[in-house]
Amino acid sequence: MTEPPDTENLLRDLAPQVLAVLMRRSGGLDSAEDAVQEALIAAARHWPADGVPANPRGWLLQTASRKLTDQIRSEQARHRRETAAVMAEPPDVPPAEVPAADDTLTLLLMCCHPALTPASAIPLTLRAVGGLSTAEIAAAFLVPEATMAQRISRAKHRIKTSGVPFRLPGEDERGERLRSVLHVLYLIFSEGHASTSGPRLHRQELSAEAIRLTRMLRQLLPDDGSVTGLLALMLLTEARRPARTGAGGELVPLADQDRTCWDQQLITEGVALAVAAWSQPPVGDYQLQAAIAALHDEAVRATDTDWPQIHLLYGLLERLTGNPMVTLNRAVATAMVHGPAAGLAALEPLDERLAGHYRLDAVRAHLLDKLGDTDAALARYEAAARGTMSLPERNYLITKAARLRQERQKRQQSQPEGSAQAG
Amino acid sequence: MTRFLLIVNYDNGAVDEPMLSWDPADIRAHLAYYEALNRELTESGELVGGERLAWPEKSKIVRADGTSAPVVTDGPYAETKEQMAGYQIFDVESEERALEIAARLSAVPGPGGVAIQQPIEVRQIMDNDDELGLDL
Repeated sequence: MTEPPDTENLLRDLAPQVLAVLMRRSGGLDSAEDAVQEALIAAARHWPADGVPANPRGWLLQTASRKLTDQIRSEQARHRRETAAVMAEPPDVPPAEVPAADDTLTLLLMCCHPALTPASAIPLTLRAVGGLSTAEIAAAFLVPEATMAQRISRAKHRIKTSGVPFRLPGEDERGERLRSVLHVLYLIFSEGHASTSGPRLHRQELSAEAIRLTRMLRQLLPDDGSVTGLLALMLLTEARRPARTGAGGELVPLADQDRTCWDQQLITEGVALAVAAWSQPPVGDYQLQAAIAALHDEAVRATDTDWPQIHLLYGLLERLTGNPMVTLNRAVATAMVHGPAAGLAALEPLDERLAGHYRLDAVRAHLLDKLGDTDAALARYEAAARGTMSLPERNYLITKAARLRQERQKRQQSQPEGSAQAG
Repeated sequence: MTRFLLIVNYDNGAVDEPMLSWDPADIRAHLAYYEALNRELTESGELVGGERLAWPEKSKIVRADGTSAPVVTDGPYAETKEQMAGYQIFDVESEERALEIAARLSAVPGPGGVAIQQPIEVRQIMDNDDELGLDL
């Protein structure tokens, strides 16, 4: 990292480590997590004014332990109120030495457990591992804080009842569990890719947080190709962010982006990681996606793009995942290599699997337009605009259709009547 | 997660009598059903928000060209049945789940504790994700 770690980053790096220690002591995610949140708030209040303590982790651990003790005491007090029993003062627990790296990984694997839906795993991960507050998470997902608090507490409850133990899973289970962690991190990153002006700031923080957590994961598992690949994919996508939206918040497609706005530092790092990931077999979908993103990012002009290579990679990705969205992207690459007619032919197998899907309409419109079939392109753009549930996408598709209609009108006006009909 | 707007009109479904003439115990049961359902959907982390609207008699329609004084008229005078009575927004896993919630709302009990089959309109809310996800 290039920046010196400020208080917030330091706190959030330490949060999962401290949480893990408390969990090992108290056994429960629920109360330990609340105690750590309180300690984080206390630190955020005191450290900037009083200076960061010499042993920040010890400070946090001690404060969180005290909060946890208070919590347990008040719960027990509630139980004992009627008998008025007096509790012995629980001793402060000195910070124990544990391998912090393993703890963070264990916590990540726990929060992203396959027993949880992504909707539960995402906020839980952001709070327990990322150290974000419920209010911050709620703002990023555009729901009230109370709604998000319910989701987090339900997720904790689900973990408690499903009996997921707080320890590293065995080798046999590790692969599947890691996949689900990567999926959750990828979803957090994608959530951050909204293009409106209002909630945009909050959501950008989500992408930044996903990158931070993936970096952390890579430090724990430097030899895992899918982790390296995911980090590369995120950095290479993030690098294009400044050019992805226009001044009015409108969507700018890859081919029209001002590439001088791309973040070269992120590209350099992302490309190096994509290359590294390639030599960490087995090559999975994240490595392939990172390689494709790297090829786009390395093209100085859109016309410099190595489409034959991208076409090849999409072919591999298609075989690996069987995902029709990949086939869709491969058809775009086919068109770039072999012309729009070949691209359109490559779309045909999707008519059944993606029937009525707006993305199929959008790609078909784009290729029909390239072929010069304006009428058909217009109809497809309009269908795509009606089908999308994304506001920036709809605006993009409507504008595209309007432009086509205008061009057609101009063409018809400049031509004598007879030849326009013949054409 | 996807957000849906669930709209309720002044349309009591299979029941003709207006609520004001129901048995008080039926009205209580009707309101208690909504309350319990709302509590459940709040606890599930799905209910984002919602409001009941005032009776439509006092609603106004405003038209303005941006320069001269706005024109304010009473109305709309569509049939009361077609007026919006309230709405709720849910953030749920899938459309199926939104339809499931709508069905629960629709089955609110009326006179004699019988489900009134109130029509619930389910509209997906557009989001800001630009996940066209295509190399266009």
